[in-house]
Amino acid sequence: MTIENKINKVSLKVKDLSVYYGAFKALEEISMDIEENQVTALIGPSGCGKSTLLRCFNRMNDLFPNTKIEGQIIYDDIDIYSQAIDPVLIRSKIGMVFQKPNPFPKSIYDNVAFGLKINGFVGNYDEEVERALIQSALWEEVKDRLNDNAFSLSGGQQQRLCMARALAIRPDVILLDEPTSALDPIATVKIEDLINVLKKDYTIIIVTHNMQQAARVSDKTAFLLSGENRCGKLIEMDATEKIFTTPFKKETEDYITGRFS
Amino acid sequence: MIKDDKNLKVRRSHRLRVKIEGKVIGFLVGSAAFITILVTISIVWNLAQQSLGFFSEISIIEFFSSTRWSPILIPREFGIAPLVAGTFLVMIISSFVAVPIGLAVAIFLAEYAPNNIRKILRPMLEVLAGIPTIVYGYFALTFVTPLLKLVFDDMIIFNALSAGLVMGIMIIPFVSSLTEDALISVPNSLRQASYALGATKFETSIKIVVPAALSGIVAAFILGLSRAIGETMLVTIAAGATPNLTFNPIESIQTMTAYIVQLALGEAAHGSVEYQSIYAVGILLFIITFAMNTLGHWVVRRWRNVY
Ligand SMILES: Nc1ncnc2c1ncn2[C@@H]1O[C@H](COP(=O)(O)OP(=O)(O)O)[C@@H](O)[C@H]1O
Ligand SMILES: [Mg+2]
Repeated sequence: MTIENKINKVSLKVKDLSVYYGAFKALEEISMDIEENQVTALIGPSGCGKSTLLRCFNRMNDLFPNTKIEGQIIYDDIDIYSQAIDPVLIRSKIGMVFQKPNPFPKSIYDNVAFGLKINGFVGNYDEEVERALIQSALWEEVKDRLNDNAFSLSGGQQQRLCMARALAIRPDVILLDEPTSALDPIATVKIEDLINVLKKDYTIIIVTHNMQQAARVSDKTAFLLSGENRCGKLIEMDATEKIFTTPFKKETEDYITGRFS
Repeated sequence: MIKDDKNLKVRRSHRLRVKIEGKVIGFLVGSAAFITILVTISIVWNLAQQSLGFFSEISIIEFFSSTRWSPILIPREFGIAPLVAGTFLVMIISSFVAVPIGLAVAIFLAEYAPNNIRKILRPMLEVLAGIPTIVYGYFALTFVTPLLKLVFDDMIIFNALSAGLVMGIMIIPFVSSLTEDALISVPNSLRQASYALGATKFETSIKIVVPAALSGIVAAFILGLSRAIGETMLVTIAAGATPNLTFNPIESIQTMTAYIVQLALGEAAHGSVEYQSIYAVGILLFIITFAMNTLGHWVVRRWRNVY
């Protein structure tokens, strides 16, 4: 079997990225290319810095005091960490869905419409809300109860609502941080199916500690590992099939085969 | 180790001590709670009894429907409306100060202030809360009223506006600290979700955090205003002693609390109608503040968000 490496356009280019929380270096010199309309999985043991790396892509790390970032992430030909860039702008182009569903304590409709409102959208809100809910495969389940509180939904539905909320503002990239770890298997399958559909239109980066999930949903996989000093490094990144069948590095193989977790 | 006899003894005696301590503390706490309840019951009992005396002379219909309160000057009349109006007038004026400023202070402290500024501002608010109410009273009378007189030259020296404004200042720390608690209890995951959609800090505070904490904030307002209703010294000094059915803030009025003080300090004969009237006013005041406090706590429970 031959594995061909398709050449896709690069959406996000990470260059020598290091992240510090105060004096603690959480990530060291990460370089990688995130390709457009592909699903990139970030895998690795807990605490190796997957979430930290993910949060770099939409500058969510800015919200933690004492965080320092070195290196660059190039998006649309600009370094998103350059002085002139407003993180608020980045976040409206690079959306995020979190580990635990976190809908706002508002109606289903208002949850989806919120991003549109703050981004000054003028136009047909009903249409956009419907589109986002259809895209996140939630529309059929909620179309008759859009004014119900979001908390009336099940956990899996809440997570798809969070997807819809992120999709509503038409981002380019969607960051998913272990989006199914708080969900049951059926809800998990729904989210995974959704990811497969969404990659036609979006670039997706997903953090997962579940290797089967990475294998199921992703095109590219990056394996991160933290060493003695707890500092996370990128061990290797390649086509998912390759990582799971013939990884280049010994550490990757050990991790994949469950020799350490 | 368990077999070690000495250790076992020590342990046993320790366990016994813990047991006795538990009993003693339980007893002390229990009796303190019991005494509190007993005191409350006897206050209500006393209020009820004395006001029953009052209502055997003055019909409850006159009490609630008459618009004149003149307990001593003849023709005597006992219509509670002017005192209630005075009380609510001061409360409403105070809410114009305490609600927006209390909310703004709380949002600043909970969402914006860096740790070092928060560490300075919080104790400052506590100092504000610790100032004796009589000081606020004289502040209103001798500082705020003369200032207001520059604007409203036909204003009475003793007036609802000045007392209400200073009352508002007085309850800011109370409102802001309860509001801040409500804001802080909003989970960070909601703030992050908002930021991740490209919201600014201001948008996140106003459109996500405040609505999410709304029940707690409303309760803070209600409890704060209930305080304004029960407050006595400030209004006695600065708002006047003229039962006046008006909603004109620059007029002299009298609140329910101020009336109670006035009569209690006067020489009304024990058992006379005017003496008993302070209990009637007192029990109404008790019912109003009790209702507001209950409403405040109910709002918190009823609309508490399950995040
Ligand atoms: N806000 C933070 N402040 C300080 N240390 C953090 C913070 N977030 C994560 N860390 C630390 O950085 C390391 C990587 O964390 P994280 O990115 O959450 O790992 P993962 O998502 O792979 O489990 C861990 O050692 C964690 O304790
Ligand atoms: Mg993580």
